[in-house]
Amino acid sequence: MSEVKYSKEHEWIKLDGEEATIGITKHATEMLGDIVFAELPEKGSHVDKDGTAGVVESTKAASDVYTPVSGEVIDTNQMIVDDPSKINEDPEESAWFFKLKIKDKSEMDSLMNKEEYEKFAKETSA
Amino acid sequence: MSIKKTSLNNLHIKYGAKLVEFAGYQMPIQYKYGIIQEHKYTRSHSGIFDVSHMGQLFISGGDDLTNELEKIFPADLKKLKTNQSKYSFLMNNKGGIQDDLIITKTSDGFLIILNAACKYNDYEVIKSKLDNQYKLNLDESLSLIALQGPEAKNVLNKVIPGCDSLKFMNGNNYVYKNEKVYITRSGYTGEDGFEISIKNSDAETFVESLIENGSKLIGLGARDTLRMEAGLCLYGNDLDNDTSPIEANLKWAIPKSRIETEFVGSEVLKNQFQSGVKKLRVGIKPDSKVIARGNTKIYNDKNQEIGKVTSGTFGPSVEHPIAMGYVDNSYSTVNTKIFLEVRGKKIPANICNLPFYKKNYVKGEINV
Repeated sequence: MSEVKYSKEHEWIKLDGEEATIGITKHATEMLGDIVFAELPEKGSHVDKDGTAGVVESTKAASDVYTPVSGEVIDTNQMIVDDPSKINEDPEESAWFFKLKIKDKSEMDSLMNKEEYEKFAKETSA
Repeated sequence: MSIKKTSLNNLHIKYGAKLVEFAGYQMPIQYKYGIIQEHKYTRSHSGIFDVSHMGQLFISGGDDLTNELEKIFPADLKKLKTNQSKYSFLMNNKGGIQDDLIITKTSDGFLIILNAACKYNDYEVIKSKLDNQYKLNLDESLSLIALQGPEAKNVLNKVIPGCDSLKFMNGNNYVYKNEKVYITRSGYTGEDGFEISIKNSDAETFVESLIENGSKLIGLGARDTLRMEAGLCLYGNDLDNDTSPIEANLKWAIPKSRIETEFVGSEVLKNQFQSGVKKLRVGIKPDSKVIARGNTKIYNDKNQEIGKVTSGTFGPSVEHPIAMGYVDNSYSTVNTKIFLEVRGKKIPANICNLPFYKKNYVKGEINV
């Protein structure tokens, strides 16, 4: 079974062998409000753990999207660029942001599991 | 200073508002349906806005009041009929805008609606300019509620019969629950609508009755996207102490009859009327989906900085990013190609006409 982990910047990451799929959490979309713009990293580019790997904008403000692990961008989700409202509708499934070929699985170790993230999200939004 | 609450605070919480601090008040930025839905509901039905944080300044007393106020404001107050309203400005000596406001002539004086963040300062400035000769009342026992949208007229008429006969930029006294309310036909969304000045203690039941008749509470977030689509200025973003009404492209609000007369800032305005201005407020339409927010730098095709964005968002009704800002006057012509610096990239955009959204009285017509 693939493993899903969460970052303090409210990204989720699903690891499948060496391939990681990354998106933003439902909690993040609730804080952002209606998302009207998404910018993704370029396919083939390299992103570093905790570095900027995209942008989402709501009607109110722009927010950076970070990558929780390092790797090469092997795919991006054009659907959310064409229709950013999909991110609000289905953030943790079909509205993923990008896929990485990861280098170092141990970078996953510092991330939170679902239970830890839910507790973190509750505490930080209170 | 502790944060203030309007008389509708409990109602905001009841309807699931996300509350933020705005100009010293706890105000709803949005309700549970979110900014885009709230925006569209206002354009297609009607929306209720709590604008009780804004100042309601009543000035009365003395036959010379109109003359004295004309020394302050560049509006033609002598021509104003009772219950008629005009958009005007409180300026400084340099012609910069200290506040933009609506003046209405009442039976015994004038009512001036002021921006929340400016109201206490405006009060002091106006009071001192009037040499304390007149009665000024910045009345905080009253709430101010805006009802906007194509159905506003029908909804309000069910609660307060007769108000549908009001003409745009006109007001009158009505009765609600045996208490006097003052209603003007005006707004800040590009839609038909009303602003209702009502006793704090009656505000909650009044708003509940608007909701029962099909209207919905709308937060400040949608108020901002609605006014931007309508090409209207927000004080503090698009207007400030260093910007004159001429530079703000609001020349229409300075009547010809006042240009040669004296008021605060009149020297500078007269000069700008004759010789023109260096910068001008324009509408901006980015070519792509990228949003340029306030303070985004604007460049020409030679990579020279020519101005900056003062407001920018995604327009939910025009379904495209929209912005307004100030550019060097030589770049202010419609369809001039400009570039917006967003996250280090130069995004192509065009100068465009305002408003972005133009109301067609039968159906919404979209202008992008």
